[in-house]
Amino acid sequence: MVTAASRNGRVSAKIVGGVATSHVPAIGAAIDQGKTTDDYWAPLFKGFEKSQKWVKDLNPDVAIVVYNDHATAFSLELIPTFALGCAEEFPIADEGWGARPVPPVCGHPDLAWHIAQSLILDEFDLTIANRLEVDHGLTVPLSLLFGQPARWPCPVIPLCVNVVQYPPPTGNRCYNLGKAIQRAVESFDEDLRVVVFGTGGMSHQLQAERAGLINSEFDNRFLDDLVNRPDKARAIPHLEYLREAGSEGIELVMWLVMRGALSKKVREIHRHYHVPASNTAVGHLILENDLP
Amino acid sequence: MTLSNDYQDIPGTYVFDAKHSRLGYHLNMFCMSLRHAENRDAFKANEISYLEQFTMSQEQRDAVLGRQWNDMLRLGGNIYYTSKLAATDGLTFQDLAAIMTGSSREQYRKMMVNGGRPIDGNRSKSEWTRER
Ligand SMILES: [Fe+2]
Repeated sequence: MVTAASRNGRVSAKIVGGVATSHVPAIGAAIDQGKTTDDYWAPLFKGFEKSQKWVKDLNPDVAIVVYNDHATAFSLELIPTFALGCAEEFPIADEGWGARPVPPVCGHPDLAWHIAQSLILDEFDLTIANRLEVDHGLTVPLSLLFGQPARWPCPVIPLCVNVVQYPPPTGNRCYNLGKAIQRAVESFDEDLRVVVFGTGGMSHQLQAERAGLINSEFDNRFLDDLVNRPDKARAIPHLEYLREAGSEGIELVMWLVMRGALSKKVREIHRHYHVPASNTAVGHLILENDLP
Repeated sequence: MTLSNDYQDIPGTYVFDAKHSRLGYHLNMFCMSLRHAENRDAFKANEISYLEQFTMSQEQRDAVLGRQWNDMLRLGGNIYYTSKLAATDGLTFQDLAAIMTGSSREQYRKMMVNGGRPIDGNRSKSEWTRER
């Protein structure tokens, strides 16, 4: 189908922006319980006002959300390193505290299946998920960017990355997966504008005697490098994440998938950093491709 | 090929590697079962008999029944799993973190509001033995 939007005689989907954000469960609880203007939470949510406006103006057709499942849809029975949600709909999971009162997440099976096939032929052997309950890792970023609508404004393609069982994929692998996602999106013959979310992090440790670790210096360097020196950010070894950003801070590898899906040079539209949300340092970026 | 496990030098931390995951498989799968409300109710009604469905070691059972959160982690538990037991008890991640670090809820919350646990002095086990 050729529409007025076609360029060079060919219509294709394209990536129009990248979002990085932490996905702390307590942020979801604060939104659901109407606490966003409390003294504790207000400074955190303030940093997302500009982002909500940005995404509303951008009005994307699809969001690819890179997140991790936290022993929700996947247990130790089955641990896919990368799993792509190809279903029509993704139910909201009960993680032990009851399901979050947010709308179900609608998928985009046409684009999702296209990406799955393209990635596999591009030598990223990912798992296809046709039934996937989504947890706070996916829903909290949606709430932060889209607020509390009766329906989410666009379909979502979940991309689940294992970061619970050690070792997660390397930062470099995640970055290269992002590049392959960019190629896959751009080879889809429909005029769709796609936003990619990288979620999780920043520094935090939830477990054992070192719980509560925060490393703002590491986080801010990571933000700078992710934006301007992605080759440096993607070379960070697992040991450095574990030691410097806390055992759960290794979730940051997922931000590299988002970064890989953008062009080498990006424009930083917005940045926000806040400590704490519960046990976690919250980081947030809005990036756009800096096209020549 | 030998895989590096330098991460064992990080103090107060259990990296959920292959060894840990194999050790904790049944403990974690018990915790996973608590994701469903009907299982949470059954567990609360009779903890000991509920645990009989899972082939866990006696040490793991005792850690669960005694809510020894750090012992659960030492015995192969993973925090995203043990947090489901915490949720069953009505505890949040932050409540749980306070308990695991031996602080009161208020002390822990205050530490976080003041910027969290600093990285300096918390990188290597050698730094902890020196102080303690
Ligand atoms: Fe997470």
